[in-house]
Amino acid sequence: MKVMIVGCGRVGWRLASDFTDRGHEVSVIDIRPSSFRRLPENFPGKTILGTGIDEDVLRSGNIQDADVFIAVTEEDNTNIMSAQIARNIFHVDRVILRIYDPVRAEIYRGLGLTVVCPTTTVAGLIEEEVLFANGSESHARSRS
Amino acid sequence: MYVIVVGGGKVGYYLTKTLVNEGYEVFLIERNPVKCHIYAERFGAIVMQGDGAEAATLEAAGAGRADVVIAVTGDDEDNLVICQMAKEKFRVGRSIARVNNPKNEELFRKLGIDVTVSQTNVILSIIEQQIPERPFVHLLALRHADIAIVEAKVSAESPVVDQPIQRIEFPPDVIVSAILRDGGVVIPTGQTVILEGDEVIAVTKREREAELRHLLVD
Repeated sequence: MKVMIVGCGRVGWRLASDFTDRGHEVSVIDIRPSSFRRLPENFPGKTILGTGIDEDVLRSGNIQDADVFIAVTEEDNTNIMSAQIARNIFHVDRVILRIYDPVRAEIYRGLGLTVVCPTTTVAGLIEEEVLFANGSESHARSRS
Repeated sequence: MYVIVVGGGKVGYYLTKTLVNEGYEVFLIERNPVKCHIYAERFGAIVMQGDGAEAATLEAAGAGRADVVIAVTGDDEDNLVICQMAKEKFRVGRSIARVNNPKNEELFRKLGIDVTVSQTNVILSIIEQQIPERPFVHLLALRHADIAIVEAKVSAESPVVDQPIQRIEFPPDVIVSAILRDGGVVIPTGQTVILEGDEVIAVTKREREAELRHLLVD
């Protein structure tokens, strides 16, 4: 698979390493050169310095050949715009993006994008942990 | 008419000021609290501090009853999301976005933004029109970019010289709307004869521009 990742933060870096370990072809884009320091020294993928909302930058990473496009910068709006460029201009098969704001996540899901919303996911996991992991005891306590 | 302006930079500020003076009901959303404070002193209670891409901010600004939302921040990604939120969540009838990277105009239109304004493209087209020696000038692209108004200076070599319009085989989807000749304007009929040096203004589908240029100019 050819995978393009926009945003080399903790998540982008992790994905880039995992996908290359599995033998996939990866390009990572980030606007800060320092972000690439997280990558292992022998990282076999391609790193591109620039913004993920610029068609020319995306093209320099061969977005037209990508099977998967992942937008995981820290900025919701940047992820939203770059994901829509990938889908509507370059017609990438699978486009996945992160949106922290649950309201925006819902809207763009409605527009057909594959959205991961860490806010609701993490809150849900924590709630589950608090309310159910200790069984009936914590349940009883929470009710009293 | 109720207009919400998002982004209180120079564009947003003067836009708000002008719209208020023209009697529109206007609301300005700006992220920077210091700017908001200054604007509130000038405009009164029509300024709010907040992130215009947040649904809660738009809601508080009354986006539900807005006729137009105009996003003029310095960041294209924010302008895009502000307009899409206004349309998708609040069903605002018209969204206008400022586009900083001129390449984004096409993308924004594809994504349903009603009007895009690119300062770079506006200035470029003014420069084009002011350079006298250019024989074929793109005057205006109309909405959704498939129709344009162009101006072409008819060259001596063109086969249309000394022909009446009805006998000229123009490309399909082209209409000659006016001819500028000797400082005056001729609104042509089928009998109007085209002369060398005429400046022909035509409405054309974008994909016919090249054929039209070839016919009149080359």
